Amino acid sequence: MATGTLKKIDAPTVIYTVLFFFIGISMLIPLVWMISTSFKIEADVFEFPIRWIPKRWNAIENYKEVWGAEYNFGLFYWNSIKVTVLSTFFQVIVSALGAYAFTKITWKGRDTLFILYLATMMIPPQITVVSRFMILQATNLYNSHLGIILMTMLSTYGVFLLRQALIGIPQSLSEAARIDGAGHFRIFWQIMFPLLKPSIATLAILKFVWTWNDYQTPLVFLNKRSLFTIQLGMKQFASESGSYFSLIMAAAVSATIPLVIVFIFSQRYVIDGIASGAVKG
Amino acid sequence: MPFFQLVEIVNFNIIRGTVNAEHCANQWKEEKMAKNELKKTGNNFLALENRKGVNRTYMQEQLSGILFVAPSFIGFLVFTLIPVIASLVLSFTEWNFLRGWNAVSFNGLENFKRLFKDDWFLTSYGNNLIFTLGTIPLLIALGLVCAHIVNTYVKAPVAVRVMMFIPYIASVVAISTVWMVLFQPSYGPINNFLMAIGIKQPPGWLTSTKTALLSIMIVYVWQNIGYYLVVFMSGLKAIDFAVYEAASIDGASGVQKFFYITVPLISPTTFFLTTMGIIGSFKVFDQISVMTNGGPGNASSVMAFYIYRTAFENFEMGYANTLAWALFVLIFLVTMIQWRAQKSFAVE
Repeated sequence: MATGTLKKIDAPTVIYTVLFFFIGISMLIPLVWMISTSFKIEADVFEFPIRWIPKRWNAIENYKEVWGAEYNFGLFYWNSIKVTVLSTFFQVIVSALGAYAFTKITWKGRDTLFILYLATMMIPPQITVVSRFMILQATNLYNSHLGIILMTMLSTYGVFLLRQALIGIPQSLSEAARIDGAGHFRIFWQIMFPLLKPSIATLAILKFVWTWNDYQTPLVFLNKRSLFTIQLGMKQFASESGSYFSLIMAAAVSATIPLVIVFIFSQRYVIDGIASGAVKG
Repeated sequence: MPFFQLVEIVNFNIIRGTVNAEHCANQWKEEKMAKNELKKTGNNFLALENRKGVNRTYMQEQLSGILFVAPSFIGFLVFTLIPVIASLVLSFTEWNFLRGWNAVSFNGLENFKRLFKDDWFLTSYGNNLIFTLGTIPLLIALGLVCAHIVNTYVKAPVAVRVMMFIPYIASVVAISTVWMVLFQPSYGPINNFLMAIGIKQPPGWLTSTKTALLSIMIVYVWQNIGYYLVVFMSGLKAIDFAVYEAASIDGASGVQKFFYITVPLISPTTFFLTTMGIIGSFKVFDQISVMTNGGPGNASSVMAFYIYRTAFENFEMGYANTLAWALFVLIFLVTMIQWRAQKSFAVE
């Protein structure tokens, strides 16, 4: 065998490819264990050595229990979808408008306000949580989805992300439109919004995943069970079903796997979005 | 949640500003120039309009600016600015929320003095430091090395990337529940495995004061490594391949290339990830709330958890705010030290 002819398949490539597939798969073991356990009967949960494909199946009963009337994961799902979709949608609109105001319109106090926005970004949410709680109590928005949606949709994070993107769009573009007599709203909607689409996609993806997986906000601001989101419902289920681990795993699968499946199919967008949110200027 | 950037507070532009200081300065200049130009043209325009006796444009700009920024500003005012000020005031009070507004009473520096005698606070504060120092450097180092190897050698890097990223996208609550069962000391799969390979006294994981925090840190690294990998991989793609080729021609080995090219050229990304990681790790809450509730005793309590407990389980709203400001000081100090350190490193 002549050396150097098969350049592409050299030793490090083979070793590292095998190694990293091994690492990747090992990282998924806890999730595989979760899925496998959710199909088992309770007595087989801690069987050792682990039987990855259950001997005695109990999948239908387990999932029926989780999604059935008493625990009602369907309702938790609906609540999560409602909160996440609305919050993401309005966050995008509010952020785009704000970002436009901070880049394409000249008004008094613009820079001062922006610095104020920046300064408060350093502050951890633990500082605001108590006061937010009181504000929601006072306005009767405690224990409502509206309160959660309002709080999560109005974060300043999106303004920053989109402002950064808008700065990259040449000023001359909007000025030309101005001279042609277009109002700000038309420029925003017909010129800037389409140009912003990639950044908006990034923001929407990040926001969606964060809100969907958010546990702390609903924990603090909701205590009525019928309003629980999937994360809160999952926690509640785990603490109430005590040591029925097969059931708890069925609940965990229900809370995790749909988003993971969506992720696998859209991984390119999600990963690129998250990476560009972090790296690109 | 795996997204250590709790939704509201992601100060990533500040960081990015520092990373790309030059870039930012240029942007700033450009903006300034554009603004001046706009002012000039605006003034001409105004002069023109004024001749007709109308001064509409200026007012219109002001009004549009206010209208466009209004939605985000209202949110900022109600959910950030007012709460921050209220929190500062409340941190000097004693107030049991259940007794209503009238029960608010100022107690000067009492709350701050109490911090030093509060065992839960001291433990949580220390645990936060241990947690951050134990996870972030590890995540940065592992993330960078893995990203480098996956980028350079591995076939089908997308598949590896996806596998390693899945834990990050999964819900923290569900994942923490799974690990809780895996860690179960007497019949959980992990200890079963350890005993099978001959370890007679496997650790008690979440149930032992010695290993509870460590167990949570393991889960945290496992869940977040994918994020670091992905961000580093995308940062590495931006490095010009010609630099590596030139180094190869000069006879640099793989390891040399890694330390003399990759590490310095990736440093803006490293800086971003370290800052975000530190800030995020100081806010860790979900894992602790689900897995240990701060226990056993207060062995695995951290500030975010203790603040939550003080405010919403003990209803001591005043003291909870004092704790929150103490957390802020810690985050601020650690971030400053890291910025200093990394800046001097970058200069060298």
